[in-house]
Amino acid sequence: MDHLPTLVAEARQAIDAADDIAALDDVRVRYLGKKGEITALLKGLGKLPAEQRPAAGERINEAKQLLGGELEARRQALQQAALNARLAAERLDVTLPGRGQESGGLHPVTRTLERIEGLFTRIGFDVAVGPEIEDDYHNFEALNIPAEHPARGMADTFYFDATRLLRTHTSPVQVRTMQAEQPPIRIVCPGRVYRSDSDLTHTPMFHQVEGLLVDEGISFADFKGTIEDFLHAFFERDDLSVRFRPSYFPFTEPSAEVDIQCVMCSGAGCRVCSHSGWIEILGCGMVHPAVFQHSGIDSERYTGFAFGMGAERLAMLRYGVNDLRLFFDNDLRFLRQFG
Amino acid sequence: MKFSEQWLREWVSPQLATQALADQITMAGLEVDAIERVAGDFNAVVVAEVVANTPHPDADKLNVCRVDDGSGEPLQVVCGAPNVEVGQKVPFARVGAVLPGDFTIKPAKLRGVESRGMICSASELGLEEATSAGILVLPASAPVGDDLRLWMGLDDSTIEVDLTPNRGDCLSVLGMAREVGVLNRLPLDGPALEAVPASHDQGFAIEVADPERCPRYLGRVIKGVDVSAATPLWMVERLRRSGVRSIDPVVDVTNYVMLELGQPLHAFDLANLDTRIEVRRARPGERLTLLDGQDIALRDDTLVIADAKGALAIAGVMGGELSGVSAATQDIFLESAFFSQLAVAGQARSYGLHTDASHRFERGVDPALTARAAERATQLLLEIVGGEAGPLVEVASAAHLPGERQVALRAERLEQVLGKRLDDGEVVEILGRLGMRVETQVDGWSARVPSWRFDIAIEEDLIEELARIHGYNRLPVRRPAARLGLRADHEVRQPLARLRRQLVARGYQEAISYSFVAPELQHALHPGARSPRLANPISSDMAVMRYSLFPGLIKALQHNLNRQQQRVRLFETGLVFRGELDDLEQVSMVGALVCGSREPEGWAGGRDKVDFYDLKGDLESLIALGGDSAAWRFEPAEHSALHPGQTAQVFHRGAAVGWIGTLHPAVRAQLGLKVDALLFEVRQDALTEGVLPTFSALSRYPEVRRDLALLVDADLPLQALLDCLREQASEWLTELKLFDVYHGQGVPEGCKSLALGLTWQHPSRTLNDDEINQLVDAIVTESRQRHGAELRG
Repeated sequence: MDHLPTLVAEARQAIDAADDIAALDDVRVRYLGKKGEITALLKGLGKLPAEQRPAAGERINEAKQLLGGELEARRQALQQAALNARLAAERLDVTLPGRGQESGGLHPVTRTLERIEGLFTRIGFDVAVGPEIEDDYHNFEALNIPAEHPARGMADTFYFDATRLLRTHTSPVQVRTMQAEQPPIRIVCPGRVYRSDSDLTHTPMFHQVEGLLVDEGISFADFKGTIEDFLHAFFERDDLSVRFRPSYFPFTEPSAEVDIQCVMCSGAGCRVCSHSGWIEILGCGMVHPAVFQHSGIDSERYTGFAFGMGAERLAMLRYGVNDLRLFFDNDLRFLRQFG
Repeated sequence: MKFSEQWLREWVSPQLATQALADQITMAGLEVDAIERVAGDFNAVVVAEVVANTPHPDADKLNVCRVDDGSGEPLQVVCGAPNVEVGQKVPFARVGAVLPGDFTIKPAKLRGVESRGMICSASELGLEEATSAGILVLPASAPVGDDLRLWMGLDDSTIEVDLTPNRGDCLSVLGMAREVGVLNRLPLDGPALEAVPASHDQGFAIEVADPERCPRYLGRVIKGVDVSAATPLWMVERLRRSGVRSIDPVVDVTNYVMLELGQPLHAFDLANLDTRIEVRRARPGERLTLLDGQDIALRDDTLVIADAKGALAIAGVMGGELSGVSAATQDIFLESAFFSQLAVAGQARSYGLHTDASHRFERGVDPALTARAAERATQLLLEIVGGEAGPLVEVASAAHLPGERQVALRAERLEQVLGKRLDDGEVVEILGRLGMRVETQVDGWSARVPSWRFDIAIEEDLIEELARIHGYNRLPVRRPAARLGLRADHEVRQPLARLRRQLVARGYQEAISYSFVAPELQHALHPGARSPRLANPISSDMAVMRYSLFPGLIKALQHNLNRQQQRVRLFETGLVFRGELDDLEQVSMVGALVCGSREPEGWAGGRDKVDFYDLKGDLESLIALGGDSAAWRFEPAEHSALHPGQTAQVFHRGAAVGWIGTLHPAVRAQLGLKVDALLFEVRQDALTEGVLPTFSALSRYPEVRRDLALLVDADLPLQALLDCLREQASEWLTELKLFDVYHGQGVPEGCKSLALGLTWQHPSRTLNDDEINQLVDAIVTESRQRHGAELRG
């Protein structure tokens, strides 16, 4: 009995010295196990006089609890250390790049076309498309451009034979739609168009978006509003100045060219706007009565407006591209910039 | 249309600076493209006279001149120009003058001889672009000592207007002045014009056989002209400022009057004309050598000016070489005619010509100008080349001359189109300014259109004029109102944008390539393909329409490989063109090309080359968007551009809709490509057409899986085996997966082992082992019989 304090001191030393779970377990068995030394003391209580038993039992139990607590604390510390060691060993360099495919990207022209389509379809326009090899009738005649019209010289046309050609604008889609449907008509027609012209500022193929709205009571005022709203929305600038200049297209009257304040220099004058502060951005006008007649729409009852714009030009202004020809080289170093 | 601002201001001169004037014209619909100063910046250049000229003692090519600049003693000047002569009036830059390019004139010594000033050439003063051959020689009348800028009126600008084809009436100083007058409410003040009285009575017979196309033809004989006379400097300058080169005094006068009034004129050498002028259609086989030397065969729909011997000129387009005025000309026949737009329209273009005359006649020349222009030209000719004018001979057909046009405008329509009611007074006032005689009607107005406005024929034309002069930017701004109606939406149809984004997510960049391609490239890929060929391609490598998306993708690949890009993943969507024009299909396709490593270069491997199954996986991911993968099949097939052992034709609902494969090594070599590339192309309509999901109940009973390893001939397509398996496996088969393909140890040469996982599940009960064993037996037996497949231990 008298060696209990010595025993406890020994046990505590052994607990401290155990440096893994197995060694700790050995210590537990040695002192607190069925045949352990502390357990043996408890078993030996019976040999004591009755009056000493309670006090002795209490001391032994205290020692047992103390050791039990220390064993548990040590076990937790050892477990924690083992976990820490494992976590340290499993450390990754989280700054390494992830695995697998990189994302690609849309062509800037597609990006622009989708944006324009989106702005118009959200207010109730439909998207219409048509063939690119067109006939003279849909590309010219039905748009009030007869064979001898000087306006035929405005667009250098690619021909296949006397009557078949590559469309020079997406306006034939207008004609096809008006021939097939009665008003109200609200469409935008995006697509490839072709003109025989190739230099710094022209490519023989480019993209246009044409818009058409035909209904009762549509006036010049409505088209001014629609075009202004569109340009403000496209460039995300409500303060962008827009001006309408009289112009001429055989299929609209009155016709207008629309200029915006240069988005590069905010109208101060720079190379992009030829120091004028203005950039020509689209052509538009009220649908010409002759076009309605070709399409079988009553021009007394209905009026409408049409507009057309070049997607590349809008993309150049929006993203600051300075060379038109880059659009069709398909150079990955270019394309990746619009991912 | 280029004109001199000074010239315009002689007719009408608003209180506006040059830029403000240009802005005003632009905003009226006559777009100013450029404003250029007519001379460079310089000062202290005066008119001087060369009074002495001796060779330089020490230099062969230099002269020592004495020049009188009106300031006192003549000055000594060393001059290198070959054309300097005593008595000439010349532009002289005094010491201290600053010439264009900030070039200051200082006293100098040239090879030991003092020089105080410089005699200038036209290019040194910025009067012409090309370097002049010698000094500019001024007319003898030039006043010595006068400032050259002032005397020549060089503080002037050339204004270039990009006129729309409807505004032929503005192709002259008169026309522009009229427009500026309208915009500024100013009257016109042109040069005085009086008819020139005939001083002899020699006329010339004129016969117009086609009065519809030539409603009026005027001619006049002018005898005894001196073609060697110099065109006066003021006229040369005005021509220059209008972009026209001075040629000889007769041609210069006809050009001048055309620029001034808009009426093209032509002068014939009378000695080269036979007995009479005929205006008629060209005869079969008739030929003409044009002024520019080219000999052309005339078509019989072409109106010509001829004499009894044959065609002399294409009416309203260009004169002939032989009948024109030359240095030997003594008498001329001056033509001023009104050709209808119909007579000239398309003619010049059809012969590959475009002339100042055809440009104007196509757009319409004021029929009221014919005589006025002839008189004006006569007046100028007599002043410059002298001679005696004969009577003006006129042949006209009143029935064919454009009649008076009366156009009605309803007030209600005006408001309907513009969205604003214009004041009645303003309507009348604007139309009146435009030269129309306006009558007020019950419901609007009626306007008589002036003879020069060929573009005004219908109500909308008047509405446009009113809007234009009122100002587009003063018209109201509204938003269109529309009924909100939902539109049909097809849930099973994948938008093209969705397909594009799927490919983007799988690492593809979108390409856009030209729809016309090089015939050689297309032929290398599709030797038998028929697609339309352009009649007028812009270059030979853009001459045929693409039969597939492959040529464009391959060209883009080459472009990138040439720029050190080794890993290329591109896709494109767009039309391809199949067949001849009369049985043409314009089909929208989705195509892709890959080459290089499977994954981008990185630390985690993935350096293997991309292969057929990578590309197929990408295509399958597109197919999966439609939710109907079962409707698609890939079958081994051969394609001219693709590797015969690595190509599949793609079928959707039984129809052939595309191809996938490795570029054929022989084609690759032919195209000079050093790396493997893989391509696919599939009809867009097949990819966008999907199915609506339909729910089937989830079974509560356990599933059973069996794995089979089947040994088959190495050439047996998996698809054949799968078809056989499905047939035998009952409707309770819920999944069939290939999980290994093995060649090598344990597998005989010429064979492969396919490991397949089959999963069954019954909707309403537990499947027992016997049933499954029977199914497996049936599968094994049928596979052996049909495909010689052996179950591996």
